Amino acid sequence: MTTVATPRPEAIGATASTDNYLTYTRGFLSWALTLDHKRIGVMYMGAVLTSFFVGGVFALLLRTELLTPGRTICSAEAYNQFFTLHGAIMVFLVIIPSIPAALGNFVLPIMLGAKDVAFPRLNLFSLYLWIGGACFTLYSLAAGGFDTGWTFYTPYSTTTTTGGVIPVLTGVFILGFSSIFTGLNFIVTVHKLRPPGMTWFRMPLFLWALYATAIIQVLATPVLAITLSLLIVERLLNIGIFNPSMGGDPVLYQHFFWFYSHPAVYIMIVPAMGIISEIISVHAHRQIFGYRFIAFSSIAIAMFSFIVWGHHMFTSGQSGLMNTIFSLISFSVAIPSAVKTFNWVMTLYKGTISLTAPMMYALSFIFLFTIGGLTGIHLATLNTDVHLHDTYFVVAHFHYVMMGSALIGMIGGLHHWWPKMTGRMYNERMAVIACVIIFVGFNITFFTQFMLGSQGMPRRYYDYQPEFQIYHVISTIGAYIMAVGFGTCAVCLAQSLMAGGRKAPMNPWGGRSLEWQCSSPPPHDNFSSPPTVGNCYDYSMLRWDEREQGYVVDKKLEEAAIEAESRSHS
Amino acid sequence: MSHATMDPKDGQAGHAGHAGHAGHDHHASAEHAKYPFLAHHFDTPAQQFDSAKLGMWLFLATEVLFFGALFVAYAVLRSRFPEVFTYASHYLDTIMGGINTCVLILSSLTMALGVYFAQRGKRIALIVCLWLTMAGAAGFLVIKYFEYSHKIHENLVWGPSFYIPPHDAIGEIEAQDLAHAPAPAPAAVAPPTDSAAQAIVMVGNKPAVDASVIKPAQSGPSGLGAGAVNPASAVTHDVIPRDIPADHLEDPKMPPNTHMFFAIYYAMTGLHGIHVVIGMVVIGILIYRATRGDFGPNYYTPVDLVGLYWHIVDLVWIFLFPLFYLIH
Amino acid sequence: MSTPNNASIASASGSTSHPAGHPLVGHLVPISTLIMTATALLVLTIITVAVRYIDIGEFNVWVAIGIAVIKAALVASFFMHLRWDRPFNLMVFIGCMVFVVLMMAFCVLDTSQYRNTQYTGNPPLAQETLDANAPDAPVARFKTEMNP
Repeated sequence: MTTVATPRPEAIGATASTDNYLTYTRGFLSWALTLDHKRIGVMYMGAVLTSFFVGGVFALLLRTELLTPGRTICSAEAYNQFFTLHGAIMVFLVIIPSIPAALGNFVLPIMLGAKDVAFPRLNLFSLYLWIGGACFTLYSLAAGGFDTGWTFYTPYSTTTTTGGVIPVLTGVFILGFSSIFTGLNFIVTVHKLRPPGMTWFRMPLFLWALYATAIIQVLATPVLAITLSLLIVERLLNIGIFNPSMGGDPVLYQHFFWFYSHPAVYIMIVPAMGIISEIISVHAHRQIFGYRFIAFSSIAIAMFSFIVWGHHMFTSGQSGLMNTIFSLISFSVAIPSAVKTFNWVMTLYKGTISLTAPMMYALSFIFLFTIGGLTGIHLATLNTDVHLHDTYFVVAHFHYVMMGSALIGMIGGLHHWWPKMTGRMYNERMAVIACVIIFVGFNITFFTQFMLGSQGMPRRYYDYQPEFQIYHVISTIGAYIMAVGFGTCAVCLAQSLMAGGRKAPMNPWGGRSLEWQCSSPPPHDNFSSPPTVGNCYDYSMLRWDEREQGYVVDKKLEEAAIEAESRSHS
Repeated sequence: MSHATMDPKDGQAGHAGHAGHAGHDHHASAEHAKYPFLAHHFDTPAQQFDSAKLGMWLFLATEVLFFGALFVAYAVLRSRFPEVFTYASHYLDTIMGGINTCVLILSSLTMALGVYFAQRGKRIALIVCLWLTMAGAAGFLVIKYFEYSHKIHENLVWGPSFYIPPHDAIGEIEAQDLAHAPAPAPAAVAPPTDSAAQAIVMVGNKPAVDASVIKPAQSGPSGLGAGAVNPASAVTHDVIPRDIPADHLEDPKMPPNTHMFFAIYYAMTGLHGIHVVIGMVVIGILIYRATRGDFGPNYYTPVDLVGLYWHIVDLVWIFLFPLFYLIH
Repeated sequence: MSTPNNASIASASGSTSHPAGHPLVGHLVPISTLIMTATALLVLTIITVAVRYIDIGEFNVWVAIGIAVIKAALVASFFMHLRWDRPFNLMVFIGCMVFVVLMMAFCVLDTSQYRNTQYTGNPPLAQETLDANAPDAPVARFKTEMNP
C-alpha cells in the first residue's frame, strides 16, 4: 500500500446515494434509539443550535435593557435572570457540548476510518443526559428562575429565595455527566479504534484537539458535579461548608467551582482550534505548518488549564501567595495558544487561499482569538486585574474567546462539514456575507465593551452612570447586527436542505483526511470499502473535477507525487 | 493483511490495497460470526475487552476526582480546624469502623474471586461470590445505619442542629435518676459507668436545661477515656459501646466549629454509602445475568468492570477510615 | 492492535470453548494471590488501628495515610489487575490522583495563608442556636482574643 495511492471505491458521481445514514432507516424510533454516531451528532447539533437561539434571545433582551440607564424594558430582578440564563445556557448547553458532541461525534469515527465510537450506547446515553439536563434547566425557568449568575457564587446562591436554583443545579449536574461520557468515549475511540497505519502523529489535528478536550472533560467535570452537589446540599440541609455564618468559607466554593470552570473554557476553545487547523490547511491547500507543535500544544493547553484557575479569584480574598503563583502560570498558558496561532499564519503563508465560508470563519477566528487571548494577559496581570475584574473588560475578553473564537470555530466547522453531513452544498456567497455581517456585528458589540470596562463599568449591572450610555447603545446595535448575521447564516444553511439544493460531491474542499473518502452523506457504516491512511495534509495529488464539482485524486499527479517521494528518499 | 507503513519516508511499497483490505473484511466478519458478543465496530474480542477496560478506568478516574474534591474539602477544613478533628474523631466508633473496613475488604475479595470464577467458567461459584459480595455490602450498610442513627439521636449532625441539645440523650430509665444528688463542681464530662450513681451534672451551678442532662458519675476529669458500657443505656440505645460523652454540648473540651467535622463526615461517608447502594444494584444485575449463564471464559467483561467499580468503592473507604476514625 | 489469547478456537459457543477453562482475553489471577492480598489488607488494617493508639504526634496522620496508600496499592495491583494490565490504565489511575493532590495543595496553601485572620470562636449562626437552646453549654461561652 503506497502512501499516496487512494483506491476509488465510489465512482465519480456517486453522491447522496440511496443508502446513506439519513435514509438507512426511517421513523422516530430509528432516530430516538439509534446507535449511529452520525445521527447522534446531528441530533446534538439540532439541540445545540436551538439552545443557541434561546441563549441568544436572552442576550438580546439584556442588551436591549442596557440601552438606557435605569429601566428600559424590564425590572432589575428580571435583568438578573436574563444574564444568568444567557450565561448558563450558552456555557453548559451550547458551547461545551457543541464541538465535541455535535461535530466531534459525527466526524471523529469517520476521520479514524472506524465504524463507530467505542461505546455507541454510552454515546446515546450522553445525548439523553443532555436532554435531561436541558429539561431541568427549562423546568427551573418555570420554578421561578435563578439570578445567581452562571457562576452560582456563595453565599448568594445558597441563600437566594428564587425557586429555580436547585432544578438548574441538578440540570447542570446531569449535563456534566453527558460531557464526561462523551469525553470518555472519545479517549477510548482514539486509543483503540485507530486504523492500521494511523499512528498518533498521522492523526488529523482535529483528533488531537478532541483528545486533549476529552482529557479535560474526564478530569475536570466531576469536580463541578461535586461542587453543585455541595451547593444543593447546602441549600437543602444547611451543611455549612460554604456558609460563613456557620464557619464555612465562601472562597472555598470559588476554588471548587473554578477548578472545573477554568478547564471548561479550554473544553470550549481547544476543539475549535482543532477545527481551525483543519479548515486552514484544507482551504489554503497547503500542508499544515508545524504539525507536531500544534499536536503537543493541544496537550500542553489541556495540562496547563488545570493549574491556573485562581486567576478568576484575584480579588476574592485569595491569598497574595496564590495570586502570584496563579498569575505567573496564567502567563505561561498563553504560550501554546500563541504557538498554534503562529503555525496557522505560517500555513496561510504561500498557500493558495480559497475564500470560502469556512476559510472566512477561520480567518475571523485568528483575528478575534488574538484579541481575546491578548486581553487575557491584561487580566492575568495582577495589578491591572484589580481594576478590570468584574468589569465589562472581562465580559469583552471572554466573549472574544468563547464566542468570537469557539463559537465561530464551530460555525466554521459546521460549514466545512456541512456537505459531508447533509450531502448538500449551501450558497457560498450568502454564507460569506453572513460571516462578514457576524464579524462586523461582533466587533461592534464587544470591542466597545473593552472601552466600557477599562473606564470602570461593572458587569452584571442593571443601572449605570450616564456617561456609559453611548457605549452601551453602540454595543446593543452591534448585537442586533450579529443577530441579523446569524439569521442569514441560518437561512443560508436551511435553504441548502430544501428540495433542489445542490448536491455535494465526495470531496468539495479538497481535503485528504478520511472523511473525504466516503460519500456525502456517508453510508450507514461510514465506508463501503475501507479507506487508505496517508498523510492527511498532503494535497499535491488532488485536482478539481468539473463534472463532479469536487476534488478527486488524479492518477498522474499521484504518480508524480510518488516519484517525487522516492526521489527524495533515494 | 498488508500493514505496510504509511510513513512517507518509506517510499512506495506497491499498490497492494484492495486485496489486503478485502482480506481484512473477510477476517473481521469471521470473528463476528465466531463471537456473538463482539460488537460490529470492533475487530477482535481483545480489542473490545481492552476498550471496555480503558473506558472503565477512565470512569474510575472520574470517581476518584469526584471523591477527591471532597477530600480536598476535608483537607482544607482539617487544616483550618485541626483541634476540631482531633476532638470529634472520638465520637466515631473505631471498632465499628474497623469492622466495616474488614467487611469491605472481604467483599472485595469475594468480588475478585467472582471475576476469577467467571474467567474459569464456573457459574455456580461466580454466583455464590456475587451473593457474598452483596452480603458484605449489605453488612456495611447495616453497620453504617447503626452508626448514623446513634449519632443523629445524639444530635451529632451537621449545621445548626448540632447546637441543639439532644432531648432524650439517655432515655427513660436514666430520666428517673434526675433527682439524684449533684456531682461535685468540676464540669468534666466522663462517660457513664455501670455504677449506680447517676448524678446530674451541674454546669455553672445551675441545673442543666430540661431533660437533656447527662450522667457523669466520676469526679475527676478524665476527659474522653474509655468507659464500660452502661447497661441501662445499652438497653435503650443500640449496642455501640460508649466511650464518648453523652451530650457533646456539655463537654467543656469541645472546641467551637466542631459541627464542621460532622458536616464533612456525613458528606463523605454519605456519598460513599450512596456508591455502595449503587454497587449493590449493579451486582444484583450481574447476579441476574450470571444466573442466566451470560458469562464464561470468552465473555466476562461486565463482571470484570463491576469488580473494578467495587474495588474503587473499597479504596475510597480505605482512605476514609483513617482520616475520620483514626485521628489521634 | 492486540491479538486475543489462545486465538485458535473453533467453537462458536460462549462458555466452555477454551482449553483448561482459561479466559479468551485478560489475565487470570490465581486464587492464592487474591487470598494473600486480602490477608495482607486485613493485617494492615489491624496495624493501622493499633497505631492510632500510639502517640507520635504530628506524624500520625502521615503514617495512617501511608498505610492507606500501601493498602490502596495492593487493591489496585492485585484485585484490580493493574499489575498485569496495560500500563496506560495505570497511568490513568495515577494521573487522576495527581490532579486531586494538585487541587488539594493549592487550596490548602491558600487557606493556610489567611489562617491568622480566621475568626475563631463560635460562628454567628452556631452562637445564635446555642444562645437559644443551650446557653449554659461551655462552648457557648468560648472566649478568645478575637471574640472576647
